[in-house]
Amino acid sequence: MSQTSHTPTAGGDHPRPSGAVQGPQPRLRLATYPSLLAMPALLLLIAAMGYPLLTVTLRSFSDPAWGLQNYVWFFSTPVNVTVLLRTFSIAAWVTIVCVIAAYPYAYLMTAVGPRLRLVLILCVLVPFWVSGVVRTLAWVILLQDSGIINSVIRLFGFDGVKLIRTQTGVVIGMAQVLLPFMILPLYSVMRGIDLRLVQAARSLGARPARAFLQIYLPLSLPGVFAGAIIVFILSLGFYITPALLGGPRSTMLSTLVQSQVLSLLNWGRGGAMGVVLLVATFVLLALAAPLMRQRHKQASRS
Amino acid sequence: MTARERGAAIDIKAATKRYGNFTALDDVTLHIEPGEFMTLLGPSGSGKTTTLNVVAGFTDLTSGDLAVGGKSIVALPAHKRNIGVVFQHYALFPHMTVGKNVAYPLTLRGMDKQARDRLVVRALDMVKMADFAHRYPSELSGGQQQRVALARAIVFDPPLLLMDEPLGALDKKLREWLQLEIKRIHRELGTTFVYVTHDQEEALVLSDRIAVFNQGRIEQVGTGRQLYDEPTTLFVAKFIGESTSLRGEAQTSGNETSLTIAGQKIVANGKLAGGRKPVVLLRPEKLSLAGTNTPPAAGQNSLTGEVSEAIYLGSGSKYQVTLRDGSVAIVRSSLEATPFSIGDTVDLRWSVVDAKLLADDDRADMTMT
Repeated sequence: MSQTSHTPTAGGDHPRPSGAVQGPQPRLRLATYPSLLAMPALLLLIAAMGYPLLTVTLRSFSDPAWGLQNYVWFFSTPVNVTVLLRTFSIAAWVTIVCVIAAYPYAYLMTAVGPRLRLVLILCVLVPFWVSGVVRTLAWVILLQDSGIINSVIRLFGFDGVKLIRTQTGVVIGMAQVLLPFMILPLYSVMRGIDLRLVQAARSLGARPARAFLQIYLPLSLPGVFAGAIIVFILSLGFYITPALLGGPRSTMLSTLVQSQVLSLLNWGRGGAMGVVLLVATFVLLALAAPLMRQRHKQASRS
Repeated sequence: MTARERGAAIDIKAATKRYGNFTALDDVTLHIEPGEFMTLLGPSGSGKTTTLNVVAGFTDLTSGDLAVGGKSIVALPAHKRNIGVVFQHYALFPHMTVGKNVAYPLTLRGMDKQARDRLVVRALDMVKMADFAHRYPSELSGGQQQRVALARAIVFDPPLLLMDEPLGALDKKLREWLQLEIKRIHRELGTTFVYVTHDQEEALVLSDRIAVFNQGRIEQVGTGRQLYDEPTTLFVAKFIGESTSLRGEAQTSGNETSLTIAGQKIVANGKLAGGRKPVVLLRPEKLSLAGTNTPPAAGQNSLTGEVSEAIYLGSGSKYQVTLRDGSVAIVRSSLEATPFSIGDTVDLRWSVVDAKLLADDDRADMTMT
């Protein structure tokens, strides 16, 4: 670009020193206000998340009358507290199952050649493209008392296992649906781990298992935490899978919210449940944050 | 410091490594003396790093044997070999401080904290990094990281230290300084060092002996001087230092080979067996330039050419002379020599005894750019 030009050109992207500004008024530029790039997403979040959330919160305090009666009702009804605790417990189990299943899978993705890696990535992504309802119904067929899993178990002479309408069935189904959310962050972190570090540890005298536990595992923890948080939070709000695979003894909070709002038209109580779940999640995250922040800092030192 | 056992001898015997159709190591045999500084030198893909990985235990041999201190270690996994390794990219553990990194091999050996701390301080002192024990690797520069990696590799007192292009990622100044540091540490430890590099200058600075690798084989093993003055193959001659190679129509008579280059005849001592095509190899400092009107002295060869580049180097001058057959000669002359400028027609002169007769090899040129 010509150095003698003094008028800002239309596509000019070089910020000029303020003293040198001449000619027309400086226009609003993306380069000077990079935060503008976040505007579309922010607007969408405000419209689709912020406003409804505000309404729900307001109604939990104001429906049918102003006051805390919805919260008093929630915590004084034992079944609500039981379901709240169960929701967290199921989410924790789903997270654990996902970590155990995803860790070796993600590791394999980093270890194989590009062609096999593509196949493995497709195996993760294809279920994504199938609707959750369809996948859950498939689990109904697999898990039911006369389903494939039970038929195989009986084939080997064992007693059938009650899977459908149990908490185990819900955990299995949810873990399968949420597995990609664990595998992908894990893979992206593991891909960045320098395997020569493991080699270095071996040369220094570490048995393979020890090199893994002391070098590879700590470096992969940021991926575990990232995946765990996504899976855990998504699990808390799961609705379809627990509703179809679960029974009355494995109801999760979202089902209760649904019955309060849609069946009983009790918006205040439904809102209160949502707010309780939200606050509980935030508290849990705040508790986990210091631990994670430290791990992240260490890993990002690479 | 207590009396330290000297480094271990290494014997690589007929080592071959194949990956499918590709032969990374082809029947490599190499003996390294205890306490020796041996450099494996060669272009990328020549098998030098494969050799290092085989010794470290990261790569299994297809066939052959490997002994350290007289004992075969082919069957031992990497973690039982007790060999220090320094990697090109440092390979420091990012989640551990410098102190923890250096202490790691001692922790693995179950050493108590007091003894461990003492050795860590000693190793960090040796690489002049003692003040950095509480830093994380990411807070250090490349040169500092590599010094820590070196400390970590020597802290457990291995009889053998392997280094895989450890200075490859550093800038020239730092590299030169660290070369001297590595030399000093080698002297102080008495450990056997095996050092991989593609930089011939680095090899000459550091090594007791150099093994020149090419296409999975060792071309020649010797001191830097031997490789420079008495190369046995054209590849070695071209890889170590600068040189001019002359080709032409060859004739042998007695123990003398003559080449006719663009009508001018030159002679070299010796002849090649097996009717291979000869090349006359000349080092730049053995060549001199003279005006075409002065006759050559007895026992001197002379070829006419034109100066195509003249560079003043302070300590002397460097010339490129394009000969009549199109080949280019590199000449280094002292300050006292008559200066020439670009375009001058000159005679290239050298003593017959200074020329080296080698077998032609088109692989040698491919690797030189």
